[in-house]
Amino acid sequence: MSRAEPALAWNFETDTTLIRVLAQNAAGFPDRVAMREKDKGIWKQTTWQQLLEIVLCCAAGLEELDFKAGDVMLVLGDNRPRLYAGMLAAGALGGYAMPAFPDATLDEIRHFVHEAGARFALAEDQEQVDKILDLREQGATIEHIIYDDPRGLAAYANPGLISWDTLQAKGAELVIRNPNLRNELIARAQPEGPAVFVHSSGSTGKPKGVVLSHRNLLAGVRNAYRGGAFQFGESILAYLPMAWVGDFAVTMGAGIALHFTINIPERQETVLQNLREIAPTFYLAAPRSWDNLLTTIQVRMEDSSWLKKLVYKFFMALAISVEKRKLEGRQPTLKQRLLSPIGEWLVYGPIKDQFGLTRLRGAFTGGEAMGEDTFVFYRALGIKLRQLYGQTETSAYNAIQDLNEVRLHTVGRPLPGVDIRISDAGEILVRSGSVFSGYFKQDEATRESLEDGWLHTGDAGYVETDGHLVVLGRLSDVVHTAKGERYIPNYIENRLKFSPYIKDAAVLGSGRDTLSAIICIDKEAVGLWAELRGISYISYADLSQKPQVIALIAAAVKHVNSALPHGLQLRKFVCLHKEFDADDGEITRTRKIRRNVVEERYKPIIDAIYGHQNTVLMKAKVSYESGEVGVIERTLSVQEA
Amino acid sequence: MCIERGEIFGLVGPNGCGKTTLTNAITGFYPPQRGRILLNGRDITGLAPHYVATLGVARTFQNLALFNGMSVLDNILLGRHIHMKPSVGRTALYWWLARSDETLNRAAVEDVIDFLQLEGVRDELVDGIPIGLKKRVELARALAAEPSFLILDEPMAGMNQEEKEYMARFILDARDERNVTVLLIEHHMDVITGICDRMLALNYGEMIGSGVPADVVADPRVVEAYIGGAHVAR
Repeated sequence: MSRAEPALAWNFETDTTLIRVLAQNAAGFPDRVAMREKDKGIWKQTTWQQLLEIVLCCAAGLEELDFKAGDVMLVLGDNRPRLYAGMLAAGALGGYAMPAFPDATLDEIRHFVHEAGARFALAEDQEQVDKILDLREQGATIEHIIYDDPRGLAAYANPGLISWDTLQAKGAELVIRNPNLRNELIARAQPEGPAVFVHSSGSTGKPKGVVLSHRNLLAGVRNAYRGGAFQFGESILAYLPMAWVGDFAVTMGAGIALHFTINIPERQETVLQNLREIAPTFYLAAPRSWDNLLTTIQVRMEDSSWLKKLVYKFFMALAISVEKRKLEGRQPTLKQRLLSPIGEWLVYGPIKDQFGLTRLRGAFTGGEAMGEDTFVFYRALGIKLRQLYGQTETSAYNAIQDLNEVRLHTVGRPLPGVDIRISDAGEILVRSGSVFSGYFKQDEATRESLEDGWLHTGDAGYVETDGHLVVLGRLSDVVHTAKGERYIPNYIENRLKFSPYIKDAAVLGSGRDTLSAIICIDKEAVGLWAELRGISYISYADLSQKPQVIALIAAAVKHVNSALPHGLQLRKFVCLHKEFDADDGEITRTRKIRRNVVEERYKPIIDAIYGHQNTVLMKAKVSYESGEVGVIERTLSVQEA
Repeated sequence: MCIERGEIFGLVGPNGCGKTTLTNAITGFYPPQRGRILLNGRDITGLAPHYVATLGVARTFQNLALFNGMSVLDNILLGRHIHMKPSVGRTALYWWLARSDETLNRAAVEDVIDFLQLEGVRDELVDGIPIGLKKRVELARALAAEPSFLILDEPMAGMNQEEKEYMARFILDARDERNVTVLLIEHHMDVITGICDRMLALNYGEMIGSGVPADVVADPRVVEAYIGGAHVAR
């Protein structure tokens, strides 16, 4: 099924457009399934031939409504075949398809629509149409609103409202009447023309409009293919938000270029069930989703009989230890090798089957760092989970981990066709055919981020000697030591927190010679660990200072140090006598550390660490839930890591 | 009392005033002691419940009457029973005689599932889903019968504000898109005044006010009976 009929398939040409490749697919394998949508309980199929027809009719219909090259169409809704087709049609006419998150606030959408001067909108259903009508009342320029699901809209008499069915029927009439129109529509868009208009994630400041050309997208797909991310003919589940570049780059970019079977879930709530029914061969999900799936598996196991639990625990422990040996570069023992097939038969296989992960060849995570436990768990199950690194501005594909050379702290090597270098400021710079040509109507921002074809990603990182790229975090979070070493406290803190025994951590070292950390142990996990070893304790504070606990934490710190460059290794740490608490202002309600509060409140500890003392007497105010304030005195030990 | 075709008709009254009794009389659960019940001009007084159902009358129950131990899908499929023509012979020759029937019925049910957005719980057991969804499954089962007249007995009891709004939306959509006339028994006055075309207030079997909701709820007698003799703001 993979690499089939290479003569008919896309030949990695980037001097073309999505609609031309789509037409090539329709000619090459007209009857093969392009999209499947679960509708009213049944998976309904659309072939490549049919998909092309739908897109062409939509394009002709849009043109009839005076959609011109350069026009912007807001796309609002969950993943739907028609919304994808509408985006392709807008691209075929040289216009901008601008998807927005369906749960975005009206203010955000208004900002996008206003900036882009969108005249068209494509909405999934009544809920989204209502939003667009609200926008129009507030002065938005949207003239035409096309809706997919007509339910509840029959009585709407607003001008410019048109159903997808009407639009497509109109377009079909035009295509039949004018036989040249088909070929003309397929040929019209240019490789430099816009394929999609998405907004950068905006983790720093306001989201910026990013226009990706057909050439950008296809170059990204080519690079990712050559880097081994996917093959021809993968089966995917299109469930990621359409406004996220990852969805367009995989579902439409790779989906069309490599003729995937694109499966669209029934609703967002049924994604897990649909995942099982489809059993995709390629699956990209945020670390959080993989974490949630892991929790689901563990919770369901807890609900099962004692025998099943016993078998599960035994074989999972086995698989995890085998996987850890592999990551360390060692072979599994003979006993492990003998038992593994039984585990596959009893535990790993059935679990993968329950969640539709049996056929998975490409399992990816991206966006942020993933915890080691989650990562090792899936690899132990036999799912070759890998990291993908990319931005909106680079059509989502920069670097991926190699199948057989996975190391947790790197995102792998740059893809073939992608040049990466590190600027003097420590910023990751990317040059590739997939890099966009500028922000929408923001020349200044474009000049700042694009220099001689190099994109300034805004991410800090470094390249290891063997070519693996390490992404540390946002450049704006970078801190310098007295020796001028750059580091991102958050990056090291997250890695500390991957240990189940560490709940929170604050990394210190700004303007100091070396780095050190204040660590809050995890009461549940460390408490259980202590109980099992017969270590008695009376309180969190007491537990935190037990020599055995400090040794346990020291091991975790050493483990983190092993993946850090020499100058950035943690030299000392202190186990705090209390957890960071939002009531005390040390962390925010969303558990983000408030560095200035921590550094002020725990100044004695910091002074002790850098004053080379072995212990420190800490007096601390504690706010109780009753509102009273008490004082605690504690001697804490300062530990070498 | 008269309900026009295509209307959403609200029925309110204090506990024990006879709202559910009225429902039971219409659906034929027991015959009324006095008076007649006409459906589309035809006298249905005292007809058996299953016969009334075939005339296009469906209902939901105040206290849920779903079949625990069965999936949501199967529960809704039960609503199709008046459209099914089961027989031992047909079932024995399933592939030849009964399959097309089954497909049609399933398609009708999927239509309702789509309509009420129940896809996410389609294969779950009804025992395990939250009360708000159970109420929705009841409505789905009633709609699966493709009724022309639908009686909803407190469909929003025990729901939070968001669930109530969803349900109200579904009731309006059912009327608009599935051409159903609705008799809505409800305690939530905001719902009655929000979505009903006309309403009737009962007090111990006596009609104490009927007409457009805004007028009825302003009637001092209704306020007296329903809210309990409060000061009437005029």
